[in-house]
Amino acid sequence: MAQLIQGETGEWEIVIGMEVHAQVIAKSKLFSGASTQFGAEPNSQVSLVDAAMPGMLPVLNKFVVEQAVKTGLGLNSKINKVSVFERKNYFYPDLPQGYQISQYEYPIVGEGVIEIDLPDGTVKEIGITRLHLEQDAGKSLHDQHPTKSFVDLNRSGCALMEIVSEPDIRGPEEAAAYLSKLRMILRYLGTCDGNMEEGSMRADVNISVRKPGGPLGTRAEIKNVNSVKAVQQAIDYEVQRQIEIIEDGGEVDQETRLWDPNKSETRSMRSKEEAHDYRYFPDPDLLPLHVSNDQIESIRTTLPELPDQKKHRFMDDYGLSLYDASVLIAEQQRAQYYEDVANDNDAKLAANWVINELLGILNKNEKKLSESPITAENLSGLIKLISDGTISGKIAKDVFADMYDTGKAAADIVEEKGLKQVTDTGAIEAIVDEVIAENPDNVEAYKGGKDKLFGFFVGQVMKKSQGKANPAVVNELLKKKLG
Amino acid sequence: MSLDEQTVRKVARLANIEIADSDVDRIGTQLSGILQWVEQLGEVDTDNVEPLANVVNIDLHLREDEVTDGDCADKVLANAPEETQGFFVVPKVVEQEG
Repeated sequence: MAQLIQGETGEWEIVIGMEVHAQVIAKSKLFSGASTQFGAEPNSQVSLVDAAMPGMLPVLNKFVVEQAVKTGLGLNSKINKVSVFERKNYFYPDLPQGYQISQYEYPIVGEGVIEIDLPDGTVKEIGITRLHLEQDAGKSLHDQHPTKSFVDLNRSGCALMEIVSEPDIRGPEEAAAYLSKLRMILRYLGTCDGNMEEGSMRADVNISVRKPGGPLGTRAEIKNVNSVKAVQQAIDYEVQRQIEIIEDGGEVDQETRLWDPNKSETRSMRSKEEAHDYRYFPDPDLLPLHVSNDQIESIRTTLPELPDQKKHRFMDDYGLSLYDASVLIAEQQRAQYYEDVANDNDAKLAANWVINELLGILNKNEKKLSESPITAENLSGLIKLISDGTISGKIAKDVFADMYDTGKAAADIVEEKGLKQVTDTGAIEAIVDEVIAENPDNVEAYKGGKDKLFGFFVGQVMKKSQGKANPAVVNELLKKKLG
Repeated sequence: MSLDEQTVRKVARLANIEIADSDVDRIGTQLSGILQWVEQLGEVDTDNVEPLANVVNIDLHLREDEVTDGDCADKVLANAPEETQGFFVVPKVVEQEG
């Protein structure tokens, strides 16, 4: 679904690669024993290693290495048995070492691929170039004082995975789908919480434009894009900017630009260009990292069923559409809830009720699935009552609303309110006769060829039965009686 | 390899070191001398020699993921020229974040 943009001189193709920084879920930092918990008092979770005091030495966190390997496996990527930590040199007040310990030439994870699901129902593969481990920087606050910046080093030294994609992404929708899928995979794996508001997942977007199929254009790197929506907005803005420059006879500068969510524009960060000479070299405090085959295989056994596997299983085993399966697997808990409901029920009917009714009402009330007053067991009970003909689909919606308000089981509500569907042919026949007797004009018209009136008769019978008459029986009797 | 004036100024800027115009020539000559000295290593034939990360045969030491450090903001901030409410206070830097 390559999206082409119409410019004044013809069509343009968008080429995007993404670098996503994901904070690794771990109790302590990459190279120190300080806590990683979010929201602590400033500088209370800083060891002398993180503060870069002279003589302090980094010691690598074993669990973080396992998390990185696990993520690599989840991204269908090659795990590199030898990787090397290097120093990336630059100066900034929230980087006390004067360098960031990162991986450069030899990252822990190499090439891989993930599937993204596009809005038009198609699937596309996006290549993963690499994943490497690195330290996060501290946090600067610029709005607390007119002439000073405040620095908190709590985040300094927390472990990040930088996940780099191939330039396979062709537009804002694909970029959004990529980021969503990546986030989903990390959350399934339990290696990153994917919380973009708290900054535990951040994206840099490399954007260029070219004539379809032509050579790659010069790219700009957009930083500070911190939500799926911002990624789409930043791409839309940046693509227009680049096309205008080229069509006016200019050239796009290869540069770093900053997304400003308030003004909805990108702007140049020229001052950072000079610092781009990072002078990487292997960190002399750290030996090369070795990961053995045994370690990799033992981590592989801890992998959960991943989103795409679950998606395909839902399509194959439950006969769901790609769309329904994609919605249900978006969160592990949602997928589990669905399976609990679908277990011994009509799987497609279960999918409809979970997606359209349950997620719909939760969304409307701004509630999470974990806060749902309707348990999977109770929803399953409701669907059973529909399937075995105890209640009609229409009555079921009223029962559902009651279940949401009261948390009661469907069967109890049906019992209390006497909502059981009437399937007794004799009782329905009496109502049908009544309706026919009350509407001689319409009976005449129907017999004269106004077929559409059939719906009117069904409606009248349902109304008289307070919605409880079995629609199939009503149809059958009416057809017989109206001839 | 001999360093020209432009390179000397670039290296100084990357290292965040201010140098006086009158020092550029002298420092350039000194840096060139150091580089020439190190470049002698290039005379050694290293074809078919594996890179060596360490002269003793040990593996990288890894630690368990436990919180064993931190909670010492007073020590961390002890040398800060300026601090307030637990933060380091530095001259305003606004170029990186919006």
